[in-house]
Amino acid sequence: MNSVFKYFADIVSGVRSLCAGMRVTGKYFLSPGEIVTEQYPENRATLKMEDRFKGEVIMTHDENNQHNCNGCGICELNCPNGAIEIITKKEADETGKLVRSIDKHVYHLSMCTFCELCIKSCPSNALEWGQNFEHAVFDRSKLTKVLNQPGSTIKKKEAKS
Amino acid sequence: MSKDVIKNIIVKDDEDYIINMGPQHPSTHGVLRLEVCLNGEIVKYVIPHIGYIHRGIEKMCEADTYKQIIHLTDRMDYLSAHMNNEAVCLAVENALQVEVPERVQYIRAILDELNRLASHQLWWSAFGMDLGALTTFFYGLRDREKILAIFEESFGSRLLHSFNTPGGLMHDVHPNFQKHILEFVKYFRKKLPDYKNLLTDNVIFHNRTKGVGVMSPETAIAFGVTGPSGRGSGFACDVRKVAPYGVYDQLDFKQVLYSEGDSFARYQVRMDEMEESLNLLEQLVAKMPSEGDFTAKMKPIIKLPEGEYYERVETARGELGVFIVSKGEKYPYRMRFRSPNFSNLFVLNTLSKGLKIADLVAISGSLDLVLPDIDR
Repeated sequence: MNSVFKYFADIVSGVRSLCAGMRVTGKYFLSPGEIVTEQYPENRATLKMEDRFKGEVIMTHDENNQHNCNGCGICELNCPNGAIEIITKKEADETGKLVRSIDKHVYHLSMCTFCELCIKSCPSNALEWGQNFEHAVFDRSKLTKVLNQPGSTIKKKEAKS
Repeated sequence: MSKDVIKNIIVKDDEDYIINMGPQHPSTHGVLRLEVCLNGEIVKYVIPHIGYIHRGIEKMCEADTYKQIIHLTDRMDYLSAHMNNEAVCLAVENALQVEVPERVQYIRAILDELNRLASHQLWWSAFGMDLGALTTFFYGLRDREKILAIFEESFGSRLLHSFNTPGGLMHDVHPNFQKHILEFVKYFRKKLPDYKNLLTDNVIFHNRTKGVGVMSPETAIAFGVTGPSGRGSGFACDVRKVAPYGVYDQLDFKQVLYSEGDSFARYQVRMDEMEESLNLLEQLVAKMPSEGDFTAKMKPIIKLPEGEYYERVETARGELGVFIVSKGEKYPYRMRFRSPNFSNLFVLNTLSKGLKIADLVAISGSLDLVLPDIDR
């Protein structure tokens, strides 16, 4: 008798807990306003990442195609993964003196772990985070980027007045 | 226990057979291979085989400066990335005897609790999924998304935010940080009853977890099982209470303890910890100084004085210890992590002996293992 009673009591409690769960899911089924899913590839036009979003490392260029990087190599030293290579060149300035300047700032996105040490350590604030996050490519070599744009020059320091 | 010892205790019959669970089994949450000896459905022994995701983080640390080490620790227990960072930072700061600004300590504690919440939410989702309730996965991840949005706003990344640095933080937090946390606390308090109705009160879930994988406090201490898994057996091992770090000694919270020691007790510890974390977040946001530095003054190149340093923190899965041997250089001579998951994993054989193979999934789910932390 006791086991029969327990059998039916189990069924009742099982149905009751099932209904409790179904009430939760049913509540959201009937209130489509609470849908949180973002339709990603369709919402590309309106998708805006946060200001601090770590997409990739970029070098800031102003409207005259000038950047701040003087090729000191501190970012290369601070990078834990060897994702940055600085290639410098020597050029004669107006007075004929040989001055070291940046030729290529090579950035291997495939090795980058987004630890932010290069950006934090840069003494001339040449680097910052870019917002682009769609990094999928078919060829690995496309992940190696040159950060300074072709033909760009270093920003001259303004004389302190 | 070595492989031979386990095999000697239980003599393998001719009828027994050995199957491999993993390394790609969905319920092992990573690349864990369990060598399971079965007699019919009954588990005779379980031998975990690890090392599939070994990256040599401890060795890599020996070639990195103390600032560079931080980003490697993220990748150990990726679900409590912030606590891993904090452990190394605390070890370096205590070795150098740097006084960290009060604001930084509060922000770190807030991030600890947020990260713990996010981790427990993901665990809740995945635990339900392991036991066949896929619904929980969507509900847990929906709420976790709110925390990740807070992370993304302040640190720019959602999971592996190397936000700590020895001496403080990388940046100041976003101006909306406190506001969004209070909004989240309010939101999540309303959602917790859903969690209760969906899984905690479910009869099928009770049958799958109650009395399954009972771990006595002696076993927990013998195997060094810490965190919510140990506290489910009544082992008071919360480092935040036992050896408070940061601002945890100034906060009012209780250590969640259950004495049953089964999978359901471990489940309840985590559910109660979520509520404790919400209370802590409210206290921390109220007490947090609104102005102040986000980092202490540190030298550009950090060199620890010669000696040995140990620091431990409570991650979402247990006690994480960081041991540094320094020879006075800018690189550590030896770096060693006492990861909570490693100890938690090896109790699996003791817990699942004599149970059904379906219970093994429930037990390994309730231990909340993260494999990259075990292999490092």
